[in-house]
Amino acid sequence: MSYDFDFQDVFAAWPELAWGALHTLVLSGIAMAIGMVVAVAGALGKTSGPKPVRVVIDAYIELIRNTPFLIQIFMIFFGLPSFGIRLSSNTAAVIALVVNVSAYGIEIIRAGIESIRAGQIEAGKALGLKPLQIFRLIVLKPAIQAIYPALTSQFILLLLNSSVCSAIAATELTAAAGDIQSRTFRSFEVYFVITCIYFAMSVFFWGVFGALERTFLRTPSGR
Amino acid sequence: MRELGSGDIFYMLLAIRWTLLLSIVAFAGGAAGGILVALARTGRFRWLRLLAAGFIKIFQGTPLLMQLFLAFFTPGIFGINVNPLAAAALGLSLNASAFLGEIWRGSIQVVPAGQTEAATALGLRYWPMMALVIAPQAVRIAIPPTVGFLVQLIKGTSLASIIGFVELTRAAQIVNNATFHPFTIFGIVALAYFVICWPLSVYSRRMERRLAVAAR
Repeated sequence: MSYDFDFQDVFAAWPELAWGALHTLVLSGIAMAIGMVVAVAGALGKTSGPKPVRVVIDAYIELIRNTPFLIQIFMIFFGLPSFGIRLSSNTAAVIALVVNVSAYGIEIIRAGIESIRAGQIEAGKALGLKPLQIFRLIVLKPAIQAIYPALTSQFILLLLNSSVCSAIAATELTAAAGDIQSRTFRSFEVYFVITCIYFAMSVFFWGVFGALERTFLRTPSGR
Repeated sequence: MRELGSGDIFYMLLAIRWTLLLSIVAFAGGAAGGILVALARTGRFRWLRLLAAGFIKIFQGTPLLMQLFLAFFTPGIFGINVNPLAAAALGLSLNASAFLGEIWRGSIQVVPAGQTEAATALGLRYWPMMALVIAPQAVRIAIPPTVGFLVQLIKGTSLASIIGFVELTRAAQIVNNATFHPFTIFGIVALAYFVICWPLSVYSRRMERRLAVAAR
């Protein structure tokens, strides 16, 4: 092996990497927040909307889940201007991530809604719990317990998926890596370092989400 | 700039064969690797279990796009030049090994412990037990999530376009650069992916429901 590793140029560009990493986090956070609002609306439409609404939501879910994210982002960034809708690459990236994550979020939220049983609420009333207690202990907490693992892993998937937004030159970590690479020609070193940054973010969120679950979502055991 | 002709559409649709080839190669590589990962993850040796768990975490915790970039640039360090197809096949195979390994670990572990005990009591050694007792039961459980992952894998092959492999997505970009009808072109491509992936999704869901009913 005669390859000389040279990480110096990459490390020298650390402000760019930090900037990119920050934008990846912001982009993912915004997309997740908006995506969940869309997903809650979609889940309500799917559980209690009229038939045509349910059919449209089902079609949306199937369409998004069975096409690549890269094509979705191209459709939004390159396709929509045909209809006079011109978006900046960052706006297109947020919209594409929202569209994508909500298709998965709807099913997760729907499962949470359906995990609440009417009999449980009646049992709460029979035990003399106040309405607020019933909502907090019998409706909200079990529903969050049911969706929390799926929702948090969906966020990490979104975070990793946001790297694809570099294909339309949105401001985020992978695009920053592309800039550094085209300047330094240290392809392996650049992508190795940002892969480590992505992995560190995943490990961080796995840890935080796990700790939050253990702290707030424990079910007291019967023993 | 020229008009979008039937030749362009035909060129794009022909590129589907590269998407399918890459999916098949990656799935085959991933299946071989996945079996090793699943066996290591459920095996007797602690260091092998930890190694397999680490392998799975690395692929679950990094973007597929980065995995493809590294598959493309790492062989160069060893003086090996890889073409984009080989790099994409390598990256996607490793990715599939990790995800299929994790899916199949779960399938092996839900086979009741009594089955292992009975097989041991009958004097079966590890490999005959795995092949004759555990695998036939685990495979049934593994089919729906495996087919579900296949859909992820087929969609994932679109990222091979970014490292320069001319499959369906890259072919569409090439045609779009020449004709600039992005909505029509990427619409056709989206439809092509949908036609490939949707039946698999439906099949996976149906099998899952059938298993759930059988388990009741």
